[in-house]
Amino acid sequence: MNIFQSIFEALDSLSSNKMRSGLTIIGIVIGVAAVIAIVSIGRGAEGTILGSIQGIGTNLIFVFQGGSQEVLNPKPLTLGDASTMSDPFQAPSVAGVAPILQGDAKVSTGGESTTTRIIGVTPDYGIVRNSSLSEGEFINEEHILGQASVVLLGSEVAENLFGRNVNLTGETVRIDGRPFRVIGILESKGGSTFGNEDDQVLVPLSTAQTRLLRRTNPDQVDAVIVQAFDSQAVPFASEEISNILRTRHRTAIGADDFTILTQQDFLDTASTITGVLTIFLGGIAAISLLVGGIGIMNIMLVSVTERTREIGLRKALGARRADILVQFLTESALLSMFGGIIGIGLGVLISQAVGQIAAANDTPLNPSIGVDTILLATLFSAAVGLFFGLYPANRAASLEPVEALRYE
Amino acid sequence: MQDRVIEARELTKVYRMGEIEVHALRGLSIDIERGEVVSIMGPSGSGKSTLMNIIGCLDRPTSGEYYLDGERISDLKDDQLALIRNQKVGFVFQTFNLLPRASALANVELPLRYGDRRNNRRERAGAALEAVGLADRIQHKPNELSGGQQQRVAIARALVNEPAIILADEPTGNLDTTSGDEIMELLLSLNKQLGTTLVIVTHDPEIAEKTNRIIRILDGLVEASK
Repeated sequence: MNIFQSIFEALDSLSSNKMRSGLTIIGIVIGVAAVIAIVSIGRGAEGTILGSIQGIGTNLIFVFQGGSQEVLNPKPLTLGDASTMSDPFQAPSVAGVAPILQGDAKVSTGGESTTTRIIGVTPDYGIVRNSSLSEGEFINEEHILGQASVVLLGSEVAENLFGRNVNLTGETVRIDGRPFRVIGILESKGGSTFGNEDDQVLVPLSTAQTRLLRRTNPDQVDAVIVQAFDSQAVPFASEEISNILRTRHRTAIGADDFTILTQQDFLDTASTITGVLTIFLGGIAAISLLVGGIGIMNIMLVSVTERTREIGLRKALGARRADILVQFLTESALLSMFGGIIGIGLGVLISQAVGQIAAANDTPLNPSIGVDTILLATLFSAAVGLFFGLYPANRAASLEPVEALRYE
Repeated sequence: MQDRVIEARELTKVYRMGEIEVHALRGLSIDIERGEVVSIMGPSGSGKSTLMNIIGCLDRPTSGEYYLDGERISDLKDDQLALIRNQKVGFVFQTFNLLPRASALANVELPLRYGDRRNNRRERAGAALEAVGLADRIQHKPNELSGGQQQRVAIARALVNEPAIILADEPTGNLDTTSGDEIMELLLSLNKQLGTTLVIVTHDPEIAEKTNRIIRILDGLVEASK
């Protein structure tokens, strides 16, 4: 028998029991669709997350206090550390330095109030973080020197307090009860890896140090954001910063009391996390494919029993073991192949739908369906069909013709 | 010079049913000449079915030698037996055993699909159907045919590979008298036209009377052959 005849006969046999074949196929459809949808949505999510990390700038370095291990007597980061980092002789690869203090505080106006993140910043922060204003002006040296009570509102904070985010320059808000004059509104950036940047307010660093976010050491800052000249300069800049801090903090060798994170570190971590999640969810989806395969095996076993006489007849007419084996394997392979094809279509539809829903909720998520995903799902479902078809087919092929012909 | 198409020597067949051994054949020997029409008779349990299975190469004897059309069958492998069945034996069953979803033509073509590499299968299947007088029914499904017509399709299927023997197991058992007689006439006339050896297993003495020779089996041995 040639392959086309086998396929034709298998199709004929499957179509004689449409309900049963259809239900069996659905098992595979669900499995394949789940795998495709989850893998492609997972990749889309990874793309979104990595994109938002890249959005913070490829040349940024974050310096925090505290090392990875326990260090005796760790020293906090200070303004002095920050200003040394901006010394072009000690740190030639550094383009900008922005020390920050941050904490939560209650911001209120007339009747409304909201709890939000307060960040104490220097004028360089605007350049380093690439912040832009929808109105007003950024915090300047005068504000720092005068420890001025001025504030820049994130657009969401403005919305919460005033019900609008335009035309607010000159208004007054209270932070922890103290009056602050609004000097501008930050342009909306949307959600990001570091929390919602629209739900925060910026005040001059000196004001934060003295009035809002007091630390034990008056010179202390929570973190320093460093901008390297370009992305190639990042490794050099972080090396220079490390040397400066080791010298200034007099740390023992190999016992840094600070942590330096570059964008690459965030990217690596994020892609590890999303990769693990995708594999984990894909594995769960693959289990449903396995269940579909067991459905094929089940239905093929029923079919072999029902067709015992037919198998006996075929053997009497000269069918060899291999002929019967191929006949039943073709049927189960076709079942899983149809399931696979429909499943791929359904999986693509589901992931597109999820992408649309995400887009409608202002979260950019582009599910990416790679050729490799489709190939994997196809191969996997074909393998499932063959694997689970093998046992019933072998059972059919091993039937004794005499016994099979006598079977009622 | 005798031309034996079936030559069986001292066949025994032992079945194990749990602890008990059942001796279905106890050293049975038969010879059938080419072109003969022979009926095999015997009560149930006589070993008649076992003998038929061995003659039809569906089963192997426990001991003894069996030659079909000059080929030694007794110790062939399963796949070799399948080829012998395909090439040398045509089966006609009491219950027709047609594939219900396939047309008469496709049913007759079935043996040609296993083992035959030539391309004119459709023509040969059509010719076989014509030989049994069903040229106008080739596209009908079994359930669109009468019992007699279905058995004719089965006979065409048995003929299509030009086998050395046609083995018919109660070929009229499921038919009324009229169509049963017609089927017998068809089988006998095919034997005359083509010279195909015909072995009929039957309970019915009337059928047996129409054959050249009746072999009676009892307790796994040939009781009489005349």
